[in-house]
Amino acid sequence: MELWFSEHHTPDVKLSLRVNKQLYSNTSDYQRIDVFDTDEFGRVLSLDGNIMLTERDEFIYDEMIVHVPMAVHPNIKKVLVIGAGDGGVVHELTRYDSIKRIDLVEMDEEVIKVCRQYLPENASRLDDRRVNIYFENGLKFIRKCEEEYDLIIVDSNDPFGPAEGLFTKEFYGNCYKALKSDGILVNQQGSPFYKEDANAMKRSHGRIASTFPISRVYQAHIPTYAAGYWLFGFASKKYHPIDDLDGARWNSLNLRTKYYTTRLHKGAFYLPAFLEEMLKEVE
Amino acid sequence: MMEINQNRAPIHEALEQFKYRRVVPFDVPGHKHGRGNPELTSFLGEKCVGVDVNSMKPLDNLCHPVSVIKEAEMLAAEAFGAAYAFLMVGGTTSAVQSMVLTACKRGDKIILPRNVHRSVINALVLNGAIPVYVNPEVDKKLGIALGMKREQVANAIKENPDAVAVLVNNPTYYGICSDLKAIVNMAHEAGMLCLADEAHGTHFYFGENLPVSAMAAGADMAAVSMHKSGGSLTQSSFLLAGENVNAGYVRQIINLTQTTSGSYLLMSSLDISRRNLALRGKEIFKTVTELATYARDEINAIGDYYAFGRELIDGDAVYDFDPTKLSVHTLDIGLAGIEVYDILRDEYDIQIEFGDLGNILAYLSIGDRMQEVERLVSALAEIKRRFKGDPSGLLTQEYIDPIVVASPQEAFYAPKKSLPIMETEGHICSEFVMCYPPGIPILAPGERITKDILKYISYAHEKGCQMTGPEDARIENLNVLDL
Repeated sequence: MELWFSEHHTPDVKLSLRVNKQLYSNTSDYQRIDVFDTDEFGRVLSLDGNIMLTERDEFIYDEMIVHVPMAVHPNIKKVLVIGAGDGGVVHELTRYDSIKRIDLVEMDEEVIKVCRQYLPENASRLDDRRVNIYFENGLKFIRKCEEEYDLIIVDSNDPFGPAEGLFTKEFYGNCYKALKSDGILVNQQGSPFYKEDANAMKRSHGRIASTFPISRVYQAHIPTYAAGYWLFGFASKKYHPIDDLDGARWNSLNLRTKYYTTRLHKGAFYLPAFLEEMLKEVE
Repeated sequence: MMEINQNRAPIHEALEQFKYRRVVPFDVPGHKHGRGNPELTSFLGEKCVGVDVNSMKPLDNLCHPVSVIKEAEMLAAEAFGAAYAFLMVGGTTSAVQSMVLTACKRGDKIILPRNVHRSVINALVLNGAIPVYVNPEVDKKLGIALGMKREQVANAIKENPDAVAVLVNNPTYYGICSDLKAIVNMAHEAGMLCLADEAHGTHFYFGENLPVSAMAAGADMAAVSMHKSGGSLTQSSFLLAGENVNAGYVRQIINLTQTTSGSYLLMSSLDISRRNLALRGKEIFKTVTELATYARDEINAIGDYYAFGRELIDGDAVYDFDPTKLSVHTLDIGLAGIEVYDILRDEYDIQIEFGDLGNILAYLSIGDRMQEVERLVSALAEIKRRFKGDPSGLLTQEYIDPIVVASPQEAFYAPKKSLPIMETEGHICSEFVMCYPPGIPILAPGERITKDILKYISYAHEKGCQMTGPEDARIENLNVLDL
C-alpha cells in the first residue's frame, strides 16, 4: 500500500510526500489540521492542506526568521511573535538569554495543542517562563500596542486563508506603531517563483515598503515550500540589515546553527535579477 | 397546489428538474446553455449559464405566474408575513416604483419624508402624483436625517386629508426607524394606505430583537431589498402586500414596466435565499448583529470615531435603530466620510458601502466574518494614526430642507433651459442631483435651488462624492425651469 500527501503549489504543480501514517486529522474553528509521519521529512504539520513545517527542514525557516534580526539589533529584550503556534520560532528565540519576554499570539489554540502532542521537540520551549501565549487574532492584538516591542516576527500561514489579515497594510501599519523607535519587523514573505505567489509577495512587500523607512527582502532554500525558494521581509525604523550587522557580537554568543551564519546573513540579501526587478516595481 | 413548506424552493427545484431532462433549446436565450458564447461560459461557469433560460411551461412565467413562480411567491408571502409577495427582477427600484404607482395616480397626494430614495420621486415623475414632504428631523452632530416624528405625520395627514398614502423609510440607510406602527394606525384611520421602503430592512422579518417589519406593523405594501441583507443576487427583490391591496392590480402595475424575460438566475436566487432566511434567518442575523456590535465597540475604543447605535433612540424621530448597521461619524478625525471611504479602498483594499460628508457606512450581512471585521477596525485605527487632523472647516450637514415649488412630473417635463450650475441660484430645478450612494436627492425636480444647496453640491464634488442625476454628466450645468 502507498499513501501520498500532495500539496498543490499551483493548479499544475504539486509536491507529494509518501506518508507512513496519518497521526492526526481534525478541523478546528479556523482550519483543517493534519499531522503525518513520513520517511523522508519526519513528521509533517499541514494546515488546510499546506505544509507548515516538517521535522527535517524546519530549522532553515526558524533560524532565518530569528537570527537575522537578532544579529542586527544589539539589544532585543521584548519580542512579539504572531502565528507560529508550532513553537519552532519560540524555540530559537529562547536560546537568547538577553530576551526577557516573548509574547506569542496564535489564533488557533488547536494548533498549539496538536504541536505539543505530536511535535514535542518543536513545542518544548512554549513553557519557557518568558513566553506568554495569547489565543487571539493577531490583527486585533497588535491594534492596542504602542512602542512596546523591539522585534516583531510574523510567522503566518499563506495570505489566501485565515491569515490574510496579516499581509495587509493595516497590519503593517499597526506593527510600525507597536515597535519601539529602533524596532524590527521580520515576516515570512512567501515565494517569488509561481505567479500567484509572486503577486501576493509583491503586494505585501509594497505595503511594508510604504510603511517602514527601511525594507529589504532576503531569501532561503526550504525544500518543502513552493518552488523550494522562500523569502523573508526585514523592515525597520532604524537598522539596516547588512550595514548594521554585528557579526562579531553574534558569533561571540556561540550559538550552534545548522543553516544561519553571519556570512550567509549578508548573502541572503543579494537577490537574483528577476526578483530585484519585481521588488523595484512596488517600492 | 403545493402545501406551504419553507423547506421547499419550487423555482430552484424546477430548474434542477429542467437540467436533468437535458431539453434541447430551440428558444431564447440564443447562447443555448452557454454553447454559443464560450468566453462568457468560461467566465461565469457552465452551471450558471445552463439555467439562464426562458419562461416555459414547466418553469412558469413571471408576468402571469400560475405554477412554480406562483408557489415561490406564496412561500415568500408566508415567510414575510404578507398576504401577497411578488418576485421582482428590476431591483428594489422597481419594487418601490410599483408600490407607489399602485397606491396613487395623477393628482393624488402622497405623504413622505424628503430623505427618500430617488426611485420614490421617479415614480412621481412617471404618474404625476404630488408629494407632501415631511421634513425629517436632523441630528445636528452627525448631520444625518432621522425618521419622521409622529406629530409631524399627524399634522401632514390633518393638513392633507385628501392624501391617499403615507410612505415610510424602514429603516433609513443609516438604520434609523420611525414609529411605523403608530404611522400605520394614523394612515389607516384617515383612510390612507401605508407604504414602506424596506430596501435596508429585509432582516427585520427574520432576526430577533430588530425593529418591527412593515408587514408586522400592519403596513399595506413594502419594497424589500432581498439582495442587500438577504443574500440574493443583485437586482432581485420582493414587493409585499397586505390584505387591503388588490393583488391583481399590483400585478398589472408591475407588468407596465417590468421585463417579460424575467431572469431565472435572479428568481432562483430569491427562492433559495427566502428558504435560507426562513430556515436559518434567526441565527444568521444574530451573528450579524454580534459582528456589528463588536465592530462598533472596537471602533469607538479607537477614539475620535463615533460608531453610533441604539443610544440614538429617542422614542420618536429615532423610534428604533437597526443594530446590524455599522455607521461611523468621522469628522473628529479631521476627515470627511467620503475621504475615509476613498482611503479605505485606495490604500487598504477595503470597499465600504458609502461615505458622505460626515459619516461612512460599512454594510455587514450574511456573508461577513470576524477576520474581515478586524481588518476594517484596524484600517480605521491606522487612518486615525496617519491622517488625524483639524476638523474645523468640514461641513457636517447631509440634509437640507427643500423648497418645493412644482410637482416632480410638472417640473421634469416643463420647458427648461440649461444654466452653468453656479448661476442657478433662485431657479427651479427640473432634474435630480444626488450623491450615489446613498441616492437621496439633494435636489429633485420642482425644487428651488438655494445658496446652501449649491454650496453642498460643490463641497461634495470637491471631496470626491460620486454625483449623479443631471443630464450633464459632469454636473457643470443644470436644467432649470424656463419661466
